[in-house]
Amino acid sequence: MIFSFEIPLLILLLLTAAGAILVKDLMSAILLLGCYSFFLSLVWAWLGAVDVAFVEAVVGAGLATVLFLLTLFGTAPKDSRLRRPPPPMAALIGLPLLGILLLYAAKDLPQFGDPNSPANSHISPTYLEQSFHDTHTPNVVTSVLMDYRSLDTMVETVVIFTAGIACVLLLRRKAS
Amino acid sequence: MVDVMSALFQRPNFLIFVIIFLWGLYIMVTRYNLVKKLVGMYLVQTSVIFFLVSISAKKGATVPILRSTTDTVNAIDYSNPLPHVLTLTAIVVGVATLGVALALCSAIYRTYGSLDEEDILKRLE
Repeated sequence: MIFSFEIPLLILLLLTAAGAILVKDLMSAILLLGCYSFFLSLVWAWLGAVDVAFVEAVVGAGLATVLFLLTLFGTAPKDSRLRRPPPPMAALIGLPLLGILLLYAAKDLPQFGDPNSPANSHISPTYLEQSFHDTHTPNVVTSVLMDYRSLDTMVETVVIFTAGIACVLLLRRKAS
Repeated sequence: MVDVMSALFQRPNFLIFVIIFLWGLYIMVTRYNLVKKLVGMYLVQTSVIFFLVSISAKKGATVPILRSTTDTVNAIDYSNPLPHVLTLTAIVVGVATLGVALALCSAIYRTYGSLDEEDILKRLE
């Protein structure tokens, strides 16, 4: 099932992703990647995933772009003109095979937007119907994230803390 | 063949997912510049998340925030919240790992003076 608003957004998505890949200058590639993240968050907002769209706009388009830019400013721009070496044989054979497999599997996927598809009909109606009674939060995403799966979210902060420690240890200058 | 093609054109999200996923993977395998490899990795991550969110959409449904807290909830009116929750975690953890990878890149640059894979390998010998 095709949502009518989707086609121009999907084309913009593909164009910015192709730009981020094909452009020769690393700085332009990273700014195009930020545009890609922003279009992605627009598509998600249209698909009804507002929380994911917010997170992608803040963390993906904002924080990831800033991190990329900081790395680029910290390293010299002299190899920002990129070479394009000939691809290895394994990539030339393996990736098209993977692509054919994925495209062949498209026939068996349920239609996108179908309310009766397995993903939308198995357990998620129970969450939608029960969550306010259980947690008194109108936003179902918040109630699942912070209540049903609160332990998971807590351990996720441990992951982010570990990543922060790793960054500090890697970027620490020697005392000498 | 024809039914595969028509199945694809009925699912443009999946087609875009496959293109961006494979292209990002190809960039990760072939390019020598480490930051360019990370651009590919970011594309792979976000394309998988895009696929998961596309599964959760329902035609004619609104965002999963209950409009009325007293009426009984009709699940067909709200899009599926569970993939949203899982992808929220995936986005944040993905950006955290991206930060570690970029910190590794600048540490490598500080030690070897280059971000090009072949230059680094030459200097390692």
